[in-house]
Amino acid sequence: MSAILQAHGLSDADVERIRQDFPILNERPHGHKLVFLDSAASSQKPIQVIDAMDDYYRRYHANIHRGVYHISELATEAYEEARASVARFIGTPCAAECIFVRNATEGLNLVAYSWGRTNIKAGDAILVTEMEHHSNLVPWQVLAQQTGATLRFVKVTEDGRLDLRDLDALLDGAKLFAFTAVSNTLGTINPVKELAARARAAGAISVVDACQAVPRMPVDVVDWGADFIAFSAHKMLGPTGIGILWGRKELLDAMPPFLTGGGMIGIVEMTHSTYADVPARFEAGTPAIAEAVGLAAAVRYLEAVGMDRIHQYEMYLAEYALKRLAEVPAVTVYGPSLEHRTGVISMTVGDIHAHDLASILDSEGVCVRAGHHCNQPLMEKLGVPATARASFYLYNTKAEVDALISAIEKAKRIFKIA
Amino acid sequence: MTDPTFTGMDELYRDFILDHYRNPRNSGTLENPDASFEDINPLCGDKIRMDLKLKDGVVTDVKFKGRGCAISQASASLLTEQIKGKTLEEINKIGKEDVLENVGINISAARLKCALLGLKVLKSALALKYLDEPS
Ligand SMILES: Cc1ncc(COP(=O)(O)O)c(C=O)c1O
Repeated sequence: MSAILQAHGLSDADVERIRQDFPILNERPHGHKLVFLDSAASSQKPIQVIDAMDDYYRRYHANIHRGVYHISELATEAYEEARASVARFIGTPCAAECIFVRNATEGLNLVAYSWGRTNIKAGDAILVTEMEHHSNLVPWQVLAQQTGATLRFVKVTEDGRLDLRDLDALLDGAKLFAFTAVSNTLGTINPVKELAARARAAGAISVVDACQAVPRMPVDVVDWGADFIAFSAHKMLGPTGIGILWGRKELLDAMPPFLTGGGMIGIVEMTHSTYADVPARFEAGTPAIAEAVGLAAAVRYLEAVGMDRIHQYEMYLAEYALKRLAEVPAVTVYGPSLEHRTGVISMTVGDIHAHDLASILDSEGVCVRAGHHCNQPLMEKLGVPATARASFYLYNTKAEVDALISAIEKAKRIFKIA
Repeated sequence: MTDPTFTGMDELYRDFILDHYRNPRNSGTLENPDASFEDINPLCGDKIRMDLKLKDGVVTDVKFKGRGCAISQASASLLTEQIKGKTLEEINKIGKEDVLENVGINISAARLKCALLGLKVLKSALALKYLDEPS
């Protein structure tokens, strides 16, 4: 723990410089400084990303691939360069393994529909965990219903970690293991490398929901050794409307298309068609070109700061926040201890409903998420109807943690909680 | 309250709202209700079920059960107090404005759904009983 404290990752001056890049941080909701503690839902965007998209629309917008004129070539290049940036960012030497989708949810559905319906049969097992976001649960429920496969669950322990004691038994007979790298509700960091290796040893493919991991820690897909990972650009400084599905080339090559139409074909005849190679096979229709350009700018930004430092800094803020929250009577924090978690902190305060808490925090300019965080079964298990969740990113500061604490104190005063 | 930082929020969470939140009136369920409905506000998971007893077009008893934020629970609690002994006609006339008047303030769009959940459940329960379609 002290090691974390020593390594702040980013200095106050670094963070001050970073904050200058985020125009939204100058907003003053209800006359207060904007204290944005909801980056786990969607991060804010630096001017570099906003400008890159603006520049694209002003100077070289055109549809990609089929245009032979100059600006279409520029757009095509920028789109493919974005793919290459993402590939570099997550450590794959093969850019074609990165498929652009709308968001992580679509990426997970792509796997469920394309790989799932080809490979999952009645009687097979699909293993997921109790801490999955609905986006990494419902597609597998539907797949199980439609194929006659059964769903199994890795349980979550009292302290919010995966209970891996019966993992081998759960994996026995399983064809697919879908799990999150980082819980969006509890902040738990899961041992992806170990889970992927054990899935492989049991003959199952692994599908990693990397939505909360890719934005906040170095990710190397070769090191992870999983088969598919999905994440969204909007949580990593990029725009909404684009996400990434990374998959092993040999798996992608063998998969049928998910959506069909223009852009994903080889030869089209009236009654049948052949399909393009990966990745185009999985990118039917005009893609999100401006968003790809914005995503590339986001990746450059994160690389320039350094994912190691971003992760260290977030842990530093998380440690500080957990310490401050522990000092406030009536605050309950959910999730594991610091060494197993990241800067995503779910809490309740006395009998204040999370929605009321979030409203009062908002009146102080403090933005947190309130509700079930697309994690209803887990919340049932925790026995709370809803929590308020604060999450930190590279532009947050200790002073903002302090602002969170005093807004919580205000909520307690209003609700007359000692 | 004199603390200037309380502006807005102290008006929203006044004592009687907190009281209705923590001590909801007419809380519970009824056996063999004449009308009943349950609904949720998927945004925040607020949930309310309302059971009603009716005689000759008059509400003779009502109970509600729910969980959720202070605004949704208090406004449902206030509503149950308001409708006891009322005729269906009178209840039909209860609208959004009346609920907001009960709660006593103008709330933000984000919280309006919370305040109106109880009314929605009430109207649905009665519509199910007396009409073909819930309104
Ligand atoms: C862990 C996790 N998985 C999946 C998602 C879904 O992401 P998106 O809505 O961008 O598809 C989220 C975002 O809320 C998330 O936090």
